[in-house]
Amino acid sequence: MSEKKNLLLKLFLSTLYLSAFTFGGGYVIVTLMRKKFVSEYHWIDENEMLDLVAIAQSAPGAIAVNGAIVVGYKLAGIIGIIVSVTATILPPFIIISIISVFYSFFRENIFVALMLEGMQSGVGAVIASVVFEMAAGVLKERKITLVIIMLISFIVTYFFNINVIYVILVCIGIGLIQTFMRKKVDEK
Amino acid sequence: MIYIQLFISFLQIGLFSFGGGYAAMPLIQNQVVNLHHWLSLSEFTDLITISQMTPGPIAINSATFVGEKIAGVPGAIVATLGCIMPSIIIVTIIAYFYMKYRDLDSLQSVLKTLRPAVVAMIASAGVSILVTAFFGESGLIVMKNLKIQMVVIFVICMVLLMKFKMSPVFVMILAGILNVMQYFLLSSLSLGTL
Repeated sequence: MSEKKNLLLKLFLSTLYLSAFTFGGGYVIVTLMRKKFVSEYHWIDENEMLDLVAIAQSAPGAIAVNGAIVVGYKLAGIIGIIVSVTATILPPFIIISIISVFYSFFRENIFVALMLEGMQSGVGAVIASVVFEMAAGVLKERKITLVIIMLISFIVTYFFNINVIYVILVCIGIGLIQTFMRKKVDEK
Repeated sequence: MIYIQLFISFLQIGLFSFGGGYAAMPLIQNQVVNLHHWLSLSEFTDLITISQMTPGPIAINSATFVGEKIAGVPGAIVATLGCIMPSIIIVTIIAYFYMKYRDLDSLQSVLKTLRPAVVAMIASAGVSILVTAFFGESGLIVMKNLKIQMVVIFVICMVLLMKFKMSPVFVMILAGILNVMQYFLLSSLSLGTL
């Protein structure tokens, strides 16, 4: 019993630490989780961790949260999930709560307002550069269907304001049909 | 009831954001700006900026920020729970079946078709952020509204990011500082000519 308590405590503290100090999004945090739980604690073996990361990346939702769920589940079942997810969302929850209290207060300040205005251009540039990189990754696959999906999705979401949920559902549908047909071909 | 609305909105964000990182951004914009008008487009852009500079996923940050603004701390908790609920259920189910069958190939090949759409949706959210940055909140694309200084800052940032591979956080802070500098520089210049 006390051994399990010890494991849960260690799980809580390590995910809390990773979540509080990892800048740069889900992919970074998952890499750090691997380092911690595979190389440092030897709780999970390397191959299994690769698959767990794949699960975290394929399921919907934030990758950091999904990573915490798979690791927590693997180590201690449902209670493990509760512990690791709580530890993961606590730091951003506290930080953003504090910021949102001060936000409306500071937004009136001319200096802060100018800073944020300039940063709008900056964040636009960050998103644009991410999009270029991701789009290059899609083009590299050299599949015309993927390019067409990309163009149509952009047109319908930007110009026609179609709810993005429908775009996602249609793409999952196309993916299911393709996978199903490929499996049938493989069977023959 | 506002709590139920917050919960359902963020549940949808959690359920349909595939691919991590920026993938949640278009969904958040759709729910929070377009459908419910909880944030204006420039408040939303501020939120993305804040998310970039603090640890934690964009979706969780948004849930906390929007929940807090609309319905205080209980709102923030409800929105955050809504946001992680789909993950907990879906990931646990996949993990369970994985431990049983160890087959992830079909799942991943389905998700391959989703990737180009996710890229396109992020691009679309990015374009609307840039339009607000360049032309102001009204979103009217007319030349007399164009803020030239914002376009210049954007171009500088793109060069620093794409060519010199500088860190996004650094580039964003620099963008803010550049805007402050040009403002005080221009206003002191126009004072000088008076």
